[in-house]
Amino acid sequence: MIQQASLAWLAGHELRLGWRDWVSLMTAGGRTRGRTAFVALIFVGIFMHLFAYWTVATYADAGLGSDTAALAAITGTLFLSWSLLLSQAMESVTRAFYSRSDLDLILTSPASARKVFAVRMGRIAMAAVAIAVLLAAPFINILAALGGGRWLAAYGVVIAMGAVATAAALALTIALFRTIGAKRTRLIAQIVAAVIGAAFVIGLQVAAIFSAGNLSRYAALQSDWMLQLAPDTASAFWWPARAVLGDYVALAAVFGFAAVVLGMAIAVFSRRFGEHSIAAAGVSNTAVQQRRRVLAFRRRSPARTLRHKEWTLLKRDPWLVSQTLMQILYLLPPALLLWVTFRTGHDAFIVLIPVIVMAAGQLAGGLAWLTISGEDAPDLVSTAPIAANRILLAKIEAVLGMVGLIFAPIVAFLAFDAVFAAAVCGLGILSAAAAATTIQLCFRVQARRSHFRRRQTSSRIATFAEAFSSIAWAATSALAAAGLWQAIGPAIVAFGVLAGVWMLSPSRS
Amino acid sequence: MTSSNRPIALALRGVSKSFDRPAVDALDLTIYGGEFYALVGPNGAGKTTTLRVVVGLLKPDAGSIRIGGIDALSDPVAAKQITAWLSDEPMIYDKLTPYEYLEFVAGLWRIDPAVAQGRARELIGWLGLEPHAHERCEGFSRGMRQKVALAGALVHDPKLIILDEPLTGLDAGTARQVKDVLRGRVREGGTVIMTTHILEVAERMADRIGVIACGRLIAEGTLDDLRRQTGETATSLEDTFLTLVAEQAAA
Repeated sequence: MIQQASLAWLAGHELRLGWRDWVSLMTAGGRTRGRTAFVALIFVGIFMHLFAYWTVATYADAGLGSDTAALAAITGTLFLSWSLLLSQAMESVTRAFYSRSDLDLILTSPASARKVFAVRMGRIAMAAVAIAVLLAAPFINILAALGGGRWLAAYGVVIAMGAVATAAALALTIALFRTIGAKRTRLIAQIVAAVIGAAFVIGLQVAAIFSAGNLSRYAALQSDWMLQLAPDTASAFWWPARAVLGDYVALAAVFGFAAVVLGMAIAVFSRRFGEHSIAAAGVSNTAVQQRRRVLAFRRRSPARTLRHKEWTLLKRDPWLVSQTLMQILYLLPPALLLWVTFRTGHDAFIVLIPVIVMAAGQLAGGLAWLTISGEDAPDLVSTAPIAANRILLAKIEAVLGMVGLIFAPIVAFLAFDAVFAAAVCGLGILSAAAAATTIQLCFRVQARRSHFRRRQTSSRIATFAEAFSSIAWAATSALAAAGLWQAIGPAIVAFGVLAGVWMLSPSRS
Repeated sequence: MTSSNRPIALALRGVSKSFDRPAVDALDLTIYGGEFYALVGPNGAGKTTTLRVVVGLLKPDAGSIRIGGIDALSDPVAAKQITAWLSDEPMIYDKLTPYEYLEFVAGLWRIDPAVAQGRARELIGWLGLEPHAHERCEGFSRGMRQKVALAGALVHDPKLIILDEPLTGLDAGTARQVKDVLRGRVREGGTVIMTTHILEVAERMADRIGVIACGRLIAEGTLDDLRRQTGETATSLEDTFLTLVAEQAAA
């Protein structure tokens, strides 16, 4: 007799799919790349531990007797990380709703849909926890190595944060479904996820600018008015922070709370999940009349035709605009800093320039993926009578043109007061954007534009390289703007990243 | 007009392409101007690979390709100028309207805007896309998307039209429209090469049929030629095709 699929069997199936997805992402689908990916992971791990040592080593001695200021700093860090986890979990939940993949099979099989979705929610939670643990591990390991094993309790807090973030993401997404419907939830949920990811960082920075005149997130958390508002050190509000510091009672409470919250969320929402998935699948693409009609064909060169197409497609896709320009949100605090410190001297620009350069690199990476990899009619463009390098050049021009359009006003504004800083900033933007575009060129894959959010999972190497490259160009620009010859150091690192990318690029092999 | 004095629209000589195993194996193929040629074969026979090599989407491992007398490997841009490609999966831009899509294609092929605009209107009319000409393609059915893609393939007035399974998933009405447009192109002197699994379509529409298996052309000619090759005189193309493929598999 055939037995109904059990929870354990379904969980095993989901785990197997999850594991294969992960291996495929790490190895870019190639069996021979497994060893390269393993070596790269080790190097990234070593680098992250060095970075962690540099940033948290001085805090290793902090103990349970810490004052409100220390607890506030830890709580702020936890909340910041949690907001990013929540953002990631919302993204995963939304994707699970709208992804057709095996939905037809699940819903037409005799297996209990509620069980299947409960397991799927568990998988989302596990993915959120795994990401959180991976990112936090270097910091926890360094603190444990220098300050004692009690710091390992932080792993428990990180797991609890991942669980609560998933529960909150489920609640938020389903609330959106119920209030605005399946059609609009996809766009709104992803914007909300991105805003949540950015809002806390930006909010703290804006508060810091007005209270202390700098960009440090901790300045706001350590300010007098914040400390006056903070509860007493014995308050339950500080339990997560105390658990991080090795208070095992607080850890048990935090862990228990997270388990109950996630369990309840899965129990309550697994039934709704199926209904909403069906609703999401039923969202039809209704006809959209183009308000400005093309009545006469215009004469354009093939390159201009391609650039025009890229800009039009981006302009008409609010979801893509929100995803790509979300990174510009991070420019708001430095822009505010520029405004606040405009008359106080040029030193503030040193803080401002790396942020702008970093944002330019990240924005260019996203746009380059859209134009180079996210081509919805690749056969048409490839069979057009244009040399392949001319097509690529036109697409690169489209990316750099968009980056230029967004950042030119900032550089121009800078130039009013500090011409040298503006020139350095402009060069930094160009370098970071060109480097990010080159990385996307090396790791180009054929994909639909609608897969934009998954671009970071299609090649971890490209994602890390893009981030390291932008950081290196940001550091180069900051040091160069300060007139320091040490700017050569990060510039060499930036070129090293590009050389590494070229060596590892699939298009080369 | 006999084959010998007709212009050659496409000539493949010794074209090979391997992935894990040979997909196209030293293929020789000649297609004449004004001809409707159907390439048939079992799944994985190498039909699509052959056509993708011809249009420059894949590089051959060996061999030569001449399109309208132009060496497509040494001067791909000139060869592409007179060629159109339509894949089985209509790849168009969701956020553009059919009219804008055709303007984009015309721009890539450097067609005079006034000429392209006239052709676009004509094609949109022929294919019954008029009511949707200014709607974004995102809400279109598969058949409508295929019609837009076909209009894109024709707007630059190609001499050689290469189609990979163009009728897959189309309803009877849409399939009829596509077939009529293709027949019209051949009547006007254009050359059409099409792969299809629908043998009835090949039988009715093609001047010549090529049967490909294991990357090789195992038979070629009119339906009568193919029948003669199998030694059977009163069979359908389906029977002939199955006999030829079975003989190849046994060889």
